[in-house]
Amino acid sequence: MRKILFMLLLLVVMMPTLAQEDDDEQTLTVVTYDSFSMSEEVEALFEEETGIELEILRLSDAGAMLNQAILTKDNPLGDVLYGVDNTFLSRALNEDLFIPYESPLLENVPEEFQLDAGEFRVTPVTYGDVCLNYDVVHFVANDLPLPQSLMDLTDPMYAGELVVQNPATSSPGLAFLLATIAVFGDEADDNEYDYLDFWRDLVANDVLVVNGWTEAYYGEFSGASDGDRALVVSYASSPPAEVYFGELAPEDAPTGAIVADDMCFRQIEFAGILRNTEHEAAAQQFIDFLLDIDFQEDLPLQMFVFPVNENAELPQVFLDVVQIPENPASLDYAEIDANREDWIQAWTEVVLR
Amino acid sequence: MRRVVFLIPLVFLAGFFFFPLASIMDLSLRPQGQFDLSSFGAVIGERYYRDVLWFTIWQAIVSTLLTLGLALPGAYIVTRYRFWGKSILMSLATLPFVLPTVVVAAAFASLIFSRGILNDLLMAVLPLDSPPLRFERTLTAIFVAHVFYNYAVALRMISGYWANQSPRMEEAARVLGCHGWRLWWEIRLPILRPAILASAVLVFIFTFTSFGVVLILGGPKYATLEVEIYNQTLVWLDLPMAAALSLVQIGVMFFMMLIYTRLQRSTVVTLQSVEQVARRPYRWEWLLISGNLIVMIGLLFAPLGALILRSVAGESGFTLEHYINLSRNPRGSILFVPPLQAISNSVQFALIAMMTATFLGTLTAYLIHRVRWLDAIFMLPLATSAVTLGFGYTVSMDFDGVRQLLGVDGDWDLRTWVGLIPVAHTLVALPFVVRSVLPALRSIPPNIKEAAAVLGASPWWVWWRIELPLISRGIFVGATFAFTISMGEFGASVFIARRTPTMPLVIEQLLGQPGAANYSQAFAMSAILMMVCAVAFILIERVRTAGVGEF
Repeated sequence: MRKILFMLLLLVVMMPTLAQEDDDEQTLTVVTYDSFSMSEEVEALFEEETGIELEILRLSDAGAMLNQAILTKDNPLGDVLYGVDNTFLSRALNEDLFIPYESPLLENVPEEFQLDAGEFRVTPVTYGDVCLNYDVVHFVANDLPLPQSLMDLTDPMYAGELVVQNPATSSPGLAFLLATIAVFGDEADDNEYDYLDFWRDLVANDVLVVNGWTEAYYGEFSGASDGDRALVVSYASSPPAEVYFGELAPEDAPTGAIVADDMCFRQIEFAGILRNTEHEAAAQQFIDFLLDIDFQEDLPLQMFVFPVNENAELPQVFLDVVQIPENPASLDYAEIDANREDWIQAWTEVVLR
Repeated sequence: MRRVVFLIPLVFLAGFFFFPLASIMDLSLRPQGQFDLSSFGAVIGERYYRDVLWFTIWQAIVSTLLTLGLALPGAYIVTRYRFWGKSILMSLATLPFVLPTVVVAAAFASLIFSRGILNDLLMAVLPLDSPPLRFERTLTAIFVAHVFYNYAVALRMISGYWANQSPRMEEAARVLGCHGWRLWWEIRLPILRPAILASAVLVFIFTFTSFGVVLILGGPKYATLEVEIYNQTLVWLDLPMAAALSLVQIGVMFFMMLIYTRLQRSTVVTLQSVEQVARRPYRWEWLLISGNLIVMIGLLFAPLGALILRSVAGESGFTLEHYINLSRNPRGSILFVPPLQAISNSVQFALIAMMTATFLGTLTAYLIHRVRWLDAIFMLPLATSAVTLGFGYTVSMDFDGVRQLLGVDGDWDLRTWVGLIPVAHTLVALPFVVRSVLPALRSIPPNIKEAAAVLGASPWWVWWRIELPLISRGIFVGATFAFTISMGEFGASVFIARRTPTMPLVIEQLLGQPGAANYSQAFAMSAILMMVCAVAFILIERVRTAGVGEF
């Protein structure tokens, strides 16, 4: 009997966890992915200045988040959606998820990021480049030159050195595939060298494909694990992350990013106000806040992405280590959406089967 | 009154499983108010999907057979013999259950993959220049991981059942000259059949719906139905295709369950439930025990040990730095979760899930004991893709559709309710409690209860003094699994909108960032997850042994 009483007591103790929080008028719910972050200070700043309380609702990764937002568009889970990128932008826009809002702060954002300029259904907030990372020690020790173009990767010199992610299951994997398509084209013409021919050559040069970024970076990449692949598809911001988290001196950076022209693919992240929100004014304030200098300068060390606001300054560790590609490969977002499935399927046929 | 009580699990299942499932299926297969079943044609017609289905089935069968083949001798020694460390061993064998696949993959990599200890040893001993064993991204890796994860299911369910079977029949058979293989084949296996089948069904479902293991240890060349459902839903947003695959998955499971209930029905053995007395082993029997212990240590504890070693590995020797860093938040990030917070979230969810699953599961076992065909129904949540269930919650738990149907107003919205996470865990854990309790319940001979009733005991008293003690071992095995499942569950809860991060989610977040420190912290967090579970197992075991005396 005592045991049952004990159990009941336990249940009562735990009740507060399950109790529903009150829906405050001044609460703004932001729907985003698992790794969304900012400083506590910056969040407090927003809440003090506006009197709006932020609630962050997390839903797995960017793809899952977007698809759940689409399925709940009649009765959205929150007021603002943060984290759609250009590889999935068309899907979001076609589904008519967002209420347009033109933030006055957009004047500080270069045009190249404003993919929805004119309609302003989504607002660009961050960008980041998917680039190859290399193991500095391995390249120096073996006196290997860095590849200067994607084509270089098919050189026998780099045989067995590259690990990439499956574009069907990984966002950087998809971005890298898109870079190869931007460079080599997807012409159906058999005589011309296209991206599939390039991938055939990569396979011949012993490229390794794994399903996720974590397995590639922490499982196979010699720069970050005891793996034996010296080249990995990751981000331009990964080397500063290594330096920052390892508390290293910039010259001791264990990895570097290869940012030669047409070797990276730029991902631009957007936020939008969800249709059917009851807090449109507050949501607009939040969008302004996302573009404001405080949040923008907070971004690099929180999420290892770059600010779109040109007035935002990068933290020292980024200035020391990071390289930003001047001419990343790019593809029109509508074209990506129209062909994504076909490209990935064709790629799967060539590379995996 | 008693009937109403039995309705509770049915209502729970209807509200938190069938309703969301039906909602997502309706949305997927009837997008414009018209049923469109063409995606089923694609699943059956296209060679690729047929291959996926076939691969999913056969890898699950092989994994199940391997797991049972290894666990059966293990169950034998823990039932028959008393040796030092047995109960700890049993508890720890359940630990793999809670570990995220990425972490397990890393542990395997340091042991049996190309750069692992095993290959280093072989290269040194044989002398070879290159690693002889290359298990990474092979079927072997998938099978080893499946056995690693599921060994405890079979071990605990079989030994839990066996311990309650009277040794008399076996003794009689021995006296009559039945030995060796015949003893196994004609006596032990038939006696154990209910427990073997029950654990086989669970292991089959688990490996049939395998996701992380296939994705990470198998690599891009292998895909199960679950992996395809994930891709169709999250990458292509092809809901009709995902729904078709999901229903095929559920259908195959349902078919397996029918076979299972068939096999169960022909089970006639009801034995006097007397607790087996484990004894000290004789000399040669130590060999048997050591053999099994080597399997357990090599298969289960070596990876766990490798993981703990990794969590304390520093640049120069051992360090607790990664554990300390876990509780630091140098960037003042809102994403930061203090480890105590994550532990407390996880443990609270797990306790809630354990209690609801144990309560509902025991009721369900009674229900199924009377109405057999319900069995398959209650197993369905386990066979349902986590993505399907998660998306089902997202589209149904605002009850908008229901309100429209009934023409009522209101804003009852459970989609972001924290309780949805333990509810999802309960659904997944329920079949474990049922499978653990049911075999024990079925083996209670009716004449015991009748005798008690004749002697004037009230039905409640009979239950309290006779039935409950007999099924209590099964209930505790089920409760342990429910707790464990909730602690490690990642699949379904990742798709439920949430503000409360659990330990597996923190691990996942750490693994998603570059920076060696983050990677090491993921191992520290995994080690903490294991330790919290180990402590919980020991406490549950305490409650159990104390409880048996009291009942």
